[in-house]
Amino acid sequence: MKRLLWPVVVLLLLLVVNLVFTQNFFSIQMRDGHLYGSLIDILRFGAPLILVSLGMTLVIATGGIDLSVGSVVAIAGALACLQISEDASLFTAVALALALSVLLGAWNGVLVAVVGIQPIIATLILMVAGRGLAQLITDGQIITVNSASYKVIGGGYWLTVPFSIILVLVVLAITAFLTRRLALGLLIESVGGNAEASRLAGIRSRGIIIMVYAFAALCAGVAGLMISSNVSSADGNNAGLWIELDAILAVVIGGTSLSGGRFSLGGTVLGALIIQTLTTTIYSIGVPPETTLLFKALVVTAVCLIQSASFRAKVFGRRGRAAPPSPAAPEEKVRVTA
Amino acid sequence: MLKRISALALAGLTALAMAGCGGGGGSTSAQSGGGGDSSITMGFSQVGAESGWRTANTKSVQESAKEAGITLKFSDAQQKQENQIKAIRSYIQQKVDIIAFSPVVESGWDTVLKEAKDAKIPVILTDRAVDSKDTTLYKTFLGSDFVEEGKKAGNWLVEEFKDTKDTVNIVELQGTTGSAPANDRKSGFQEVIGADPKFKIVASQTGDFTRAKGKEVMEAFLKSTPDIDVLYAHNDDMGLGAIEAIEGAGKVPGKDIKIVTVDAVKDGMQALADGKINYIVECSPLLGPQLMDLAKKVVKNETVPARVITEETAFDQEQAKTALPNRKY
Repeated sequence: MKRLLWPVVVLLLLLVVNLVFTQNFFSIQMRDGHLYGSLIDILRFGAPLILVSLGMTLVIATGGIDLSVGSVVAIAGALACLQISEDASLFTAVALALALSVLLGAWNGVLVAVVGIQPIIATLILMVAGRGLAQLITDGQIITVNSASYKVIGGGYWLTVPFSIILVLVVLAITAFLTRRLALGLLIESVGGNAEASRLAGIRSRGIIIMVYAFAALCAGVAGLMISSNVSSADGNNAGLWIELDAILAVVIGGTSLSGGRFSLGGTVLGALIIQTLTTTIYSIGVPPETTLLFKALVVTAVCLIQSASFRAKVFGRRGRAAPPSPAAPEEKVRVTA
Repeated sequence: MLKRISALALAGLTALAMAGCGGGGGSTSAQSGGGGDSSITMGFSQVGAESGWRTANTKSVQESAKEAGITLKFSDAQQKQENQIKAIRSYIQQKVDIIAFSPVVESGWDTVLKEAKDAKIPVILTDRAVDSKDTTLYKTFLGSDFVEEGKKAGNWLVEEFKDTKDTVNIVELQGTTGSAPANDRKSGFQEVIGADPKFKIVASQTGDFTRAKGKEVMEAFLKSTPDIDVLYAHNDDMGLGAIEAIEGAGKVPGKDIKIVTVDAVKDGMQALADGKINYIVECSPLLGPQLMDLAKKVVKNETVPARVITEETAFDQEQAKTALPNRKY
């Protein structure tokens, strides 16, 4: 729990900023039979990012990285909207889009685990080609759909709660159960620590790696459905653009090491919420658009610095065990990475 | 022995390649000499296919070239300047009669335009401008006037609220930060509404010209600024996203919050006809016919104005209903 302390502090700080600068930020009302308020917005618009980040966490835990999730977001949304615009049933559209996502993820996994291409290159292929595929599906146009049932996925409500939030909770619960209650999480961490050693120890590294990439793509596919359903249209060019970078950032803020091994699902969710809260804060307090990116960068830099134990030790003086160089160094590293 | 053979082969290949070059050059010059009198060959370099607007633009150019009897050599730059420069150079080598292109970015065109000028091939810019100091590098610039579009939106607003004495609270969804349409549509709009202090822009943020961002930003606006009278969106798509946000907040778009946007794509016109948008300023991609007319004049050495503005209009809800069935994009 201690390692989640700093992300929590940062999130609280952002909320306090809003408490001061934005009126009614914390008010949650019922409007038209559903919950309405800035905090709900953060969860709702953050939902796709949380999903993509969850998948990314497991990929990064195996020592890999997946740059193609943004393209998968676009492809899934495009295919689903195309199907619906051609009068396919909601179930067919969703099933086809998700099946294609898993297939694309498995392709990434095979490139990494079987062919042996470095993850950043292997997924770069789909990142570039996937946008093209999405545009091919949409014919370069924005496909607008008029389906009330499709709209529920990203923009609808169930028992007054936004459906996308429920979806995220379900995926989070399943992922946490599989990785934390079963041995799967241990196997993933083991592969991330040393794939070859894990294989010699009797773990099927290849299978695990292909599985996490497929899972990441599945998460991205669901996120793609959410994003396109939220605006009832598929935009092959812009849907999920740069979401892979936000997702990697969320994973890092959450305290998962990019070198693989340990991972923290809770940290990732916090990281994604921090990013979305920051975005909403920028809109609410009226940061001019010209300086938005700079403002974001400054906050993110501050977040990363404050999470580094060695940085804190240098700036705030020597406290506790974090200070002395050699003996305490390994422990310090664990605190940074874990 | 082997070395000598390979050296010989290499020499042979080089000679062949050189002969190929010479032959190619000869044949193209002969071609352009023969075809110069009647049919015109135009080289057109498009930005890419990033939006429905752009696709409609491409179609318009291709179709009107066919109608005008102009041979079109078309290339898609996929949003990259180096691809466009390559395409223009290849058009120069092919000795086309005229080159037209939509520059991806504003700067860095002087060298390649100079090459075209030296080869005596006239150049027409379409849709977007370049910032070259030497305006003799191109014959004319055909495209929309984004400042004028902003002004049209502002004028409608002034007319709509002329009887109101109270403050009119406006929120603005800007296009991609730093892009010419975003800058100009913002400044044109401000120029008009700035004359009357009752118009007040209470919040302004970029929505990156996309529906998803338009919705997200509008959601935030609706919560941080409780009293919004007007939404001005720099394109239809952001406006369409914002409409969903407004409906989600339990308000009626077009009534509780008046909406004015720019572009007039089909989905936007549909929303306008449905009463969810109040006014759309057109930014037409259908500049093909005008481009072909200009090309013919330029090739015949007639003088053309240095700036030609695309024929555009604006729509209110009634006009949208009549125009909608014929909307191509």
